[in-house]
Amino acid sequence: MSMRLFELMLWAAGNTILLSAISILIGFVIGLMVCAAKVSANPFLRIPGTLYVSLFRGVPLLVQLLLIYNLLPAVGIMVPSVVAAVIGLSLCTAAYQAENLRGGFQSVPRGLLEAADMVGMSPWKQLVRIRAPIAFRLTLPALVNEAILILKASSLVSVVGVIELTRMAQNLSASSFRPLLFYSVAGAMYLVICWAVAGGGSIAERMLRTGSRA
Amino acid sequence: MTRSAVLVRDVHKSFGDVEVLKGIDLAVPQGSTTCLLGPSGSGKSTLLRCMAFLEETTSGTIEINGQPLGFAETGDGRRTRLPAGDIRKVRSRIGMVFQQFNLWPHMTALGNVTEALVTVRGMKRKEANAKGEAQLARVGLGDRGHHYPSELSGGQQQRVAIARALALEPDILLFDEPTSSLDPELTGEVLNVMRELAGGGMTMVVVTHEIGFAASVGDKIVFLDQGKLLLDGPPSEIFGAPRHPRLQQFLETYLDRGAATLV
Repeated sequence: MSMRLFELMLWAAGNTILLSAISILIGFVIGLMVCAAKVSANPFLRIPGTLYVSLFRGVPLLVQLLLIYNLLPAVGIMVPSVVAAVIGLSLCTAAYQAENLRGGFQSVPRGLLEAADMVGMSPWKQLVRIRAPIAFRLTLPALVNEAILILKASSLVSVVGVIELTRMAQNLSASSFRPLLFYSVAGAMYLVICWAVAGGGSIAERMLRTGSRA
Repeated sequence: MTRSAVLVRDVHKSFGDVEVLKGIDLAVPQGSTTCLLGPSGSGKSTLLRCMAFLEETTSGTIEINGQPLGFAETGDGRRTRLPAGDIRKVRSRIGMVFQQFNLWPHMTALGNVTEALVTVRGMKRKEANAKGEAQLARVGLGDRGHHYPSELSGGQQQRVAIARALALEPDILLFDEPTSSLDPELTGEVLNVMRELAGGGMTMVVVTHEIGFAASVGDKIVFLDQGKLLLDGPPSEIFGAPRHPRLQQFLETYLDRGAATLV
């Protein structure tokens, strides 16, 4: 493989990382809101929250991407395919992250919140200072897992024409008739990226571990 | 007569169909140590948690320094729930020490002690740290401020929890079985801190199975059985002869908890 082709693959890998990172971040924010809705006592929030999770977890991501890609122009919203891809990935990962976060928040021992009650913390301060930091620590391994899943699932956005790692490997395979080479390089690049994310996750967990054992 | 630090009047508490407290009346004098004893399921922990408003009573009233806690009587025999701000204000006079310590695991010992000083009382970080360090020194942990709870022994964690409660300068300290989660050799260090606090005039209500501690430090012993207050008096009277048969039966199960000298 020439240097030029390798650089093209690297550029595409960069797109994969960027696409996944943005989707995970947006998905985290939406996931927080869906989580809050799902645990709400108000049925007007809880029911939509529950529906959201079951809808986006129940339909394959590939189908969601194709739907969003075709639906947006049909309702008069013209967006580049990369935006449709980010929307699809974000909405999907939000459903999973909402469930991870719900698990984290519900695992915060009640006694820790009673202690916060006893020193006079308002519910908001308890959320910011006690519940969220502990829930985040409890959720971190699942969040890293989700990041790795989304990194790999981002290969699906190649079907809506976004040039990321898989699409680039497809294009170069087709023009060079060397699919084995390009798909092997793409596979190796995914592996390295996922290792890096898993490694980063382990370091973060280790750094927070001192405080995570109750 | 001085005003009671805690005044419990005809308190009932039910969990579903199960009535756990069946009309408790109790006065905790200022500056005294009151020990709540009783078998499992007698309602002593529930009563203590009601005094902290961690459980809401089903009926009856609780006053802290003369202020109603949680509910106010409306005059027509009914009661109304007080606003959250009022509850926090009354509760700010109370400190609580839990059986499971309940230290926040993501904060150091000093962080646990100073958290409310900064976020609730609005104290400057530097000032709060100085105060926190002084409180940790008071419980013998002056050199452990930068350790996380997971790096401390159970006894040390419980002493941090006591320092956390003391930092807010409460009038009343409530202890919910503070040594029940500790290995026997670690209970002494916690009981010693509590003994010093009692000697310093702190008003304390202690749910405990440490009969020896109750007998030696308690000014007042309260014995609960099946949700009712069975006995209420000074240790000499409660533990002295003639002893109530139900208490005698209870003490006999606690021979190995320092009650040997009493039975």
